[in-house]
Amino acid sequence: MSGPNTNYDPVEVTPLHADEVARMRDEALAAIAAAADLDELRSARLAHAGDRSPLALANREIGALPPQARKDAGMRIGAARRAVNDALAARQAELEAEREARILVEEAVDVTVPWDVEPRGARHPLTTIQERIADVFVAMGWEVAEGPEAEAEWLNFDALNIPPDHPARTTMDTFFVAPEDNGVVLRTHTSPAQARTMLSRKPPIYVICPGRVYRTDELDATHTPVFHQVEGLVVDEGITLAHLKGTLDHFAAAMFGPGLKTRLRPYYFPFTEPSAELDLQCFVCRGESVGNPDRPCRTCGSEGWIEWGGCGVVNPRVLTACGVDAERYSGFAFGMGIERTLMFRNGVEDMRDMVEGDVRFTRAFGWES
Amino acid sequence: MRVPISWLREYVDLPASITGREVADALIRVGLEVETVESVGADVKGPLMLGRVLEFVEEPQKNGKTIRWCQVDVGAAEPRGIVCGARNFAVGDLVVVALPGTTLPGDFTITARKTYGHVSDGMICSTRELGVGDDHDGILVLDPSDGTPGDDAAPVLHLRDEVLDIAVTPDRGYTMSVRGIAREAATALGLAFSDPVKPELAPNVSDKGYPVRVDDTAGCAVFAAVTVEGFDPAAPSPRWLQRRVQLAGMRPISAAVDVTNYVMLEFGQPIHGYDRSRLAGPIVVRRAEPGEKLQTLDGATRELDPEDLLITDDSGPIGLAGVMGGATTELSDTTTDVVIEAAHFDAVVIARTSRRHKLSSEASKRFERGVDTAIQGYAAQRVAELLVSIGGGRILDGATLIGTPPPAPQITIPADHAARVAGYPIPVEVFVRRLEEVGCVVETRGEAGAERLTVTPPSWRPDLADPNDLAEEVIRLEGYDTVPSVLPVAPPGRGLTSDQRLRRTVGRVLAGAGYVEVLAYPFVGEADFDRLRLPADDPRRQALRLANPLSEEEPLLRTTLLPGLLAIARRNVGRGFTDLALFELGVVFRPRPDAPAAPRLPVDRRPSEEEIAALDAALPDQPRRVGVVLTGDRQPAGWQSTARSATWADAIQAARIVAEAAGVELSVRADEHAPWHPGRCAALLVDGRLVGHAGELHPKVVEAYGLPPRAAAMELQLDRLEASMRPVSAPQVSTYPPAKEDVALIVDAAVPVADVEAALRDGVGDLLESVRLFDVYTGAQIEAGTKSLAFALRFRAPDRTLTDAEVSAAKQAAVDEAARRTHAVQRGT
Ligand SMILES: [Zn+2]
Repeated sequence: MSGPNTNYDPVEVTPLHADEVARMRDEALAAIAAAADLDELRSARLAHAGDRSPLALANREIGALPPQARKDAGMRIGAARRAVNDALAARQAELEAEREARILVEEAVDVTVPWDVEPRGARHPLTTIQERIADVFVAMGWEVAEGPEAEAEWLNFDALNIPPDHPARTTMDTFFVAPEDNGVVLRTHTSPAQARTMLSRKPPIYVICPGRVYRTDELDATHTPVFHQVEGLVVDEGITLAHLKGTLDHFAAAMFGPGLKTRLRPYYFPFTEPSAELDLQCFVCRGESVGNPDRPCRTCGSEGWIEWGGCGVVNPRVLTACGVDAERYSGFAFGMGIERTLMFRNGVEDMRDMVEGDVRFTRAFGWES
Repeated sequence: MRVPISWLREYVDLPASITGREVADALIRVGLEVETVESVGADVKGPLMLGRVLEFVEEPQKNGKTIRWCQVDVGAAEPRGIVCGARNFAVGDLVVVALPGTTLPGDFTITARKTYGHVSDGMICSTRELGVGDDHDGILVLDPSDGTPGDDAAPVLHLRDEVLDIAVTPDRGYTMSVRGIAREAATALGLAFSDPVKPELAPNVSDKGYPVRVDDTAGCAVFAAVTVEGFDPAAPSPRWLQRRVQLAGMRPISAAVDVTNYVMLEFGQPIHGYDRSRLAGPIVVRRAEPGEKLQTLDGATRELDPEDLLITDDSGPIGLAGVMGGATTELSDTTTDVVIEAAHFDAVVIARTSRRHKLSSEASKRFERGVDTAIQGYAAQRVAELLVSIGGGRILDGATLIGTPPPAPQITIPADHAARVAGYPIPVEVFVRRLEEVGCVVETRGEAGAERLTVTPPSWRPDLADPNDLAEEVIRLEGYDTVPSVLPVAPPGRGLTSDQRLRRTVGRVLAGAGYVEVLAYPFVGEADFDRLRLPADDPRRQALRLANPLSEEEPLLRTTLLPGLLAIARRNVGRGFTDLALFELGVVFRPRPDAPAAPRLPVDRRPSEEEIAALDAALPDQPRRVGVVLTGDRQPAGWQSTARSATWADAIQAARIVAEAAGVELSVRADEHAPWHPGRCAALLVDGRLVGHAGELHPKVVEAYGLPPRAAAMELQLDRLEASMRPVSAPQVSTYPPAKEDVALIVDAAVPVADVEAALRDGVGDLLESVRLFDVYTGAQIEAGTKSLAFALRFRAPDRTLTDAEVSAAKQAAVDEAARRTHAVQRGT
């Protein structure tokens, strides 16, 4: 280490000449610019900005100069060192950015490679569509009522104005629990859940009853002995057929989109009077396939309407049997098949697909249908 | 009910231009279920005409047949040469000829073709070939008066028509007749209706008629009998009549039978004809006596039930009233004297008899749905007149008519009743007019604005009994499309119940964990219980039995979800999917021992609480369960990892997932329970209560169901979790640092990890934040028959940073408790 030079000898201090300082600066800048990576830059820093670099050594000579020359030389050297440091910092930032960019490129992966996961699960569309239906009504303040699947014959039939020898009873293809005279059946519809609701609470009643029901049909493309229904029941003061219509219109819009028409056709059910069958305007062609052979519609068979369910004003005899004052209250009820709804809503062509439990079918529906 | 439009036209003044579709649409709008509109005869096209056989030569063939080479006049200059295989005609007969270019039913097009050495220039047709009958024994020979050669054959054959097929609902028995449908069509289209039941058909009733006694007036309210004598049994029924009967879906048989069927179709009144020469003494209507038998027209001999209503004579039963006649008095091809019965039988009596004998006839279908109570005499007279016009003879003076129709009920209702049911204004005049159109007699009483109507329904509408029945008539005839749409406002509701929400959550978390939901049929058989290796005394073998199962193999209702899940797993495996995780949420049926039969309660009042309880007592328990089945790989091999098989642990984990969804704590202990592997079966407990089982299935069970080895399953009872669901009390979140300690314990190999873990937890108490098993070691470094369990313990206090002394004391307490309960020894000490 050399200490400051106390001997004034301007002639001998050549490193402080302006030309010399400029040369040292330029050499430094050239070396910095030439540094191709951070290692080379580190060497350049050591060589041109380190303690032993020409500029650092020159700086030490300043003390040997007379005061006036000392100031000039100090300014020259200082400017040169700043230029070199600035260049170093800039080149450092530049090379670091280059290195980071390179690493990111090198780390690139094939994002299309599949991840190792458990195959995904799914809920059955018959379950999720029932929930969806329930939600539509729960949003209006209705409640979801349920009842047993093995049900008392009286609740499945008699209480619903279907006496023992009624033709409707014999055509309902009922499963009887043995022995046949013990009065227990597999419910043929979800209506007994409605009867139970009336027996267990006072009007106003606004309930929706989804559930599993049974008829002795062999399984084929359009029938299944075990299927699902959803029925709705309202019992309140002043309930009319118009209220039924309004409810069904809302329900149809909620399930199939707004603006669809519904149509009631007179029909017969023992538990309602008047009764109707409910048709839904085809939500695919909206009736435009009717009489238009160029644009046939598979969903409605070019009929323009889809049979959706049955409905009507609750027969006052049913109210009476279920303990509701038929003079004061009236009601309406409606019901539709869930399988059928799913068939035309989601284009299911074969009933067996909903029954067999093939994972390919159910997985297609995911968590919500 | 099938109705030809041509028949309807007789009683409704239909415009000539109206189509069957238009009539159908009008009927549909007022509530008849017209299923199809069939254009009959439309498939017959081309030159089908009348021809006269001028001459023929019989030519025996090598195949043993003899054909006729005929010359047939078809109205052209030259006769046609036609080969005919039939021999039931003579020279000069008028026949139906299909000339080349004619298409017959079945898309059968006639061409001139070479056959039996001739070019046959057409075909002489049988009724079956023409689609107008069943007869194929010979060709159809027409009456000389039917026309002349060259005439279009279609009108002569009544070939073309439109037929409506109407599904009759149980309340509308009157539409099982042309009369009833004509009335509806007239109202629906606003046209005039003329009733075929005309006053001039009233029979000449006297005591000289065939003797009849009705012993059971409840079962038989009215009995009419008219006798025809000297009828020619050989007379054929006219072609128009046969054609109508045929189009209505019945088979023409003989003039006498066809006429009885024709009038039944026309009036809706079932008719029975007896051969008078085979009747012995008076006709008596009564219930059967024990041991009586009857051979019905279908040839079956039936043991009669004391509830069966019979037609009898001195010989005993001769007919099952309203259902089917007996063989002994049947009309035959020698019958010349016919006693015509038209009676009114009780709907319920007939329905029961029909069901009891599994015998449904055109007659029983009508009686079950209700027949007009006032037309029996007219119907018998109509049959008699038709018979005489066809087969000659005479109607005996003196018809029998016993009983009077029950008086029609009167219904008194406020005049605004229909409006109150419909929910829109319906003027009184409209209400009255519509009721009159369906045949009601309406009396209006009271002041304007508060009128009351007294309504007497017509004799053919036994279904009109209640005020709402009348409202429906008015609303349907006005059109359901005129009813406005008004959304009712429900009072605020309570949303889903907690069990409904739980089911949704369980379904979602299982789907999220990779399980696919299935909905299996609940039908099982004993074989399933055997395949599951359930012990003989297992309560799951106590299953509800169906009296009428679809399959004798599966007459029982499931007591466990597993058979259905396993069968569906098997189906998927069979379709090439061996890696399965399935779940089902559903009820099982567990009969209550000695459950009483459900009572048959009255319907004219609310049942009492005791009566409702008696209904419920007859039902089985129907708890809701969730089950899973796993086979193959839980996670298939990927580029990063090897395949992970589904194991017993996945099945137990499924139970934990369900428990977490319910927010309850599940504990597990080893158990032996069919159908699980005895060494890999866990009992699932919540609050110390058994809720289900999980684990690997017994290898024999897996084999019996044809599943890949080591299939696993879980089943638990969801409603048992609900009992333990409680509102969450919020935890205190400590912001002080945790202290972590690991501890390795050596225990006997048989000690369950769960017991050790519980001891650690209980030993520390509240300071323990978590405990996690991170290693299980068995091997050379420890004594045989033991295992080393390494746990990571995490301690934290709510209110302070734990000191080293506190942490080691806590850890020691944990180890001590484990030592006390499980004889655990800390490893390395
Ligand atoms: Zn469509």
